Amino acid sequence: MKRAILDELRAARAAARPVVLATWLDGSESRVLGTDGPELAAEVADALRRDQAIVVPSARGLVLLEPHNPPLRLVIIGAVHVAQPLAEMARLAGFAVTIVDPRRAWATAERFPGLALATAWPDVAIEALRLDTRSAVVALTHDPKLDDPGLLVALRSPAFYIGCLGSTKTHAARRDRLAAAGVAPSALDRLHGPVGLRIGARSPAEIAVSILAEIIATLRGASPA
Amino acid sequence: MGDASHDLDAVLAQAAAWQDAGLGVAIATVVRTWGSSPRPAGSKLAVNARGEFVGSVSGGCIEAAVIAEAQAIMAGERGPGVLAFGVSDATAWEVGLACGGRVEVFVEALT
Repeated sequence: MKRAILDELRAARAAARPVVLATWLDGSESRVLGTDGPELAAEVADALRRDQAIVVPSARGLVLLEPHNPPLRLVIIGAVHVAQPLAEMARLAGFAVTIVDPRRAWATAERFPGLALATAWPDVAIEALRLDTRSAVVALTHDPKLDDPGLLVALRSPAFYIGCLGSTKTHAARRDRLAAAGVAPSALDRLHGPVGLRIGARSPAEIAVSILAEIIATLRGASPA
Repeated sequence: MGDASHDLDAVLAQAAAWQDAGLGVAIATVVRTWGSSPRPAGSKLAVNARGEFVGSVSGGCIEAAVIAEAQAIMAGERGPGVLAFGVSDATAWEVGLACGGRVEVFVEALT
């Protein structure tokens, strides 16, 4: 590998920019590739989405495609009861978790030990987090005053998953409010609601399982039954 | 996962630092694995001409062989290439890949 390639890779990682290090296995060349092509664009996108190194054929022989993705992040709007097991389970699954809630009585270190807490208003807090393609956002407050501003920022970001707690009826009302706030229908379709896979979840921990399962299914490109 | 990601940054940084200090550096990367293998494809190890290394490409069983090959490449005795280790290979038993897996590792000099 040439030093310039090593430096380019380190710079991309430091900037949380998703890239693939392509290494031709005959030792002829290494390159840092993005999804914008022209070379191996579909294979590069596949390696990044699966977050897994793969060996693929190319015109110049076998090439190792090694994805360098930014860390997974989960932003939870609402330091509510469900947020406690969800944050813990997501942390175990490899997500860096941030809890966003301006209500300081809720967002406390006692309730969320060891987690990043942001107590600015959700739109300000989420803007500051600079969401990327490895970020997921889930709004849990049941309060449009808190959820909506955060969702408006999230829907303008490249976050791979955006979900919101609430019934089908609540979700329809939310879509109407966000549309009235200028969100395009195609962007609204990115919103997962009612949030989570249908597993008959009852307790907060079970709801957390259903939400995390939906986030992971979206990340991995799976279509759960 | 955060730990693995942090490890990789440390390996890449160390490779750059060694080269900046004027040392020869080689980088080994897990290409493919079959069966049980402790480190997934993409795992890296950097080694310098003095044989000092950071990172890992296995649970410790093939590191010595990989480092020896890396030093031969740094010395110009061989070009970059893929090393294969597996239980069907008697020498692989000697280097201790007893976990039942197979692994391919690409080794190249940092130039």
